[in-house]
Amino acid sequence: MSENTVIIENGLWKNNVALVQLLGLCPLLAVTNSAINGLGLGLATLATLVLSNTLVSLVRNLVRQEVRLPVFVLIIACIVTTIELVMQAWFYELYLVLGIFIPLIVTNCSIVGRAEAFASRNPVGPAALDGFMMGLGFLLVLLVLGSLREAIGAGTLFAQAELLFGPAAEGWKLTLFNDYGGFLIAVLPPGAFFGLALLIAGKNLIEERFAGTARALAAAPAH
Amino acid sequence: MSHLYSPFVTPSSSTNRMMLNVVIALIPGTLAYAWYFGPGVLVNVVFASALALALEAAVLLLRQRPLKPYLGDFSALVTAWLFALSIPMHSPWWLIATGIGFAMIAGKHLYGGLGFNPFNPAMIGFVVVLIAFPKEMTTWFAPAELTGQTLGLADSLRYLFGLGDNAQWDALTSATPLDHYRTSLGMDLTISEIRQSPLFGDFGGVGWEWIANWWFIGGVFLLLTGTIRWHIPVAMIGSLLAIATLFWLIDPDGTASPTFHLFSGGMMLGAFFIATDPVTAATTPRGRLVYGALIGLLVYIIRSWGSFPDGVAFAVLLANMATPLIDYYTQPRVYGELPEEED
Repeated sequence: MSENTVIIENGLWKNNVALVQLLGLCPLLAVTNSAINGLGLGLATLATLVLSNTLVSLVRNLVRQEVRLPVFVLIIACIVTTIELVMQAWFYELYLVLGIFIPLIVTNCSIVGRAEAFASRNPVGPAALDGFMMGLGFLLVLLVLGSLREAIGAGTLFAQAELLFGPAAEGWKLTLFNDYGGFLIAVLPPGAFFGLALLIAGKNLIEERFAGTARALAAAPAH
Repeated sequence: MSHLYSPFVTPSSSTNRMMLNVVIALIPGTLAYAWYFGPGVLVNVVFASALALALEAAVLLLRQRPLKPYLGDFSALVTAWLFALSIPMHSPWWLIATGIGFAMIAGKHLYGGLGFNPFNPAMIGFVVVLIAFPKEMTTWFAPAELTGQTLGLADSLRYLFGLGDNAQWDALTSATPLDHYRTSLGMDLTISEIRQSPLFGDFGGVGWEWIANWWFIGGVFLLLTGTIRWHIPVAMIGSLLAIATLFWLIDPDGTASPTFHLFSGGMMLGAFFIATDPVTAATTPRGRLVYGALIGLLVYIIRSWGSFPDGVAFAVLLANMATPLIDYYTQPRVYGELPEEED
């Protein structure tokens, strides 16, 4: 397996930020009450991770060991501030919905975690790929959890897509069930915990199945 | 020859005997409920019980546990019954199914089954539907004494399966006494003005206060048979009365009277049947007093300053959470053990 495949596999599945490392849970649990909210925060986090991994990797040989963490934090804070300003300029409504969780990306442990564990020890190419894949893994979990909670809680999908994709997306809202009374608890905070727990359980179940198949294959007599 | 081990005096109680006593103690109150409000409550109880037993059997099969000892211990029946008594009458089938599903699966079996659940399963189910379906969970029916009629058995079944005609509900539904208190106090009415409403009887609401008496009688039966100990009900009622009396003496025209608190909502049922759940309650004698008092206090706080009219379910769940801590700090001294010396 090439190095890049390992990075991709780690980011999306094996070492997934949300499902395995369990990092960044505060925004993950708080904003995933709809698919679009989850996607919005996921994109912002993805952009932050790619940029921070790239910049940290670039300066990794210039920074002394003793002061590396303050430097990383400064870099991440600059990026998050920029993203916040960009969102205020072009996605103002979504910025209002996500609120405090955009500036709080700076405290998302996965970002400084990747900077320290990967970007500060690897060249720019792999570091950027790692940031992208870790961010994508986080984004996918946010999107799935947001969709799940929105579908169960309100019976819709992609409501308010225009916040992210502009006026053209106003008709994107899917109504899954007609006359759905709503299951409010899925949209409220308890639903976030139930949903994430189910996703983690699902991932573990799939892995167990795979491990079982692999064991069975290994145990089968070779022909 | 078999070996003998201590203790040589074995208690005659067992899980299913205890649970059966609880079921027996619930019967008079449930019948009184049906008498004042119509047979809809019986439909709730029967449907919830059948569903709970079916779910219990299904989960036991999934977990590869023997069916007979677990199904025969009546605990699923008690959970279903308490849940059915907590929700409004004529609730649709899917509301009951959601509540019972959460109670049995998430509240009980995910933790490892009866004896391992940290929270009261019936209250888990109730709180889930209370938060998830606010509209259905605030549609309460008035007692027959006020409307002159209640829905019969056939109508109740029709509403259970969503086939009834909701147009006639306006004549039959009303706010519960606690709801009415809450909204009226919000409109700056005084207690004496509020009590002019035909909803109110001598202590609590018409109908409700008499059902509360029957829960009390069922509770006395539980005490006399040794199914529950006196600590939790006494501490819970005592602390509610104490704090309610304090605020009532300060402002008798702006706060509900202590007796109203005692005879309203889920207080009586909670004190004798819900808070005393042997699995989730504190187990040391002093711990039981602390646990009961904590629930009574929380009920008053949630009713007076929270966003829900009644707080028994939330109070019980919060106290369940505190149970390990309470038990830890109230361990009785073993006979002969000296108090630890302070350094």
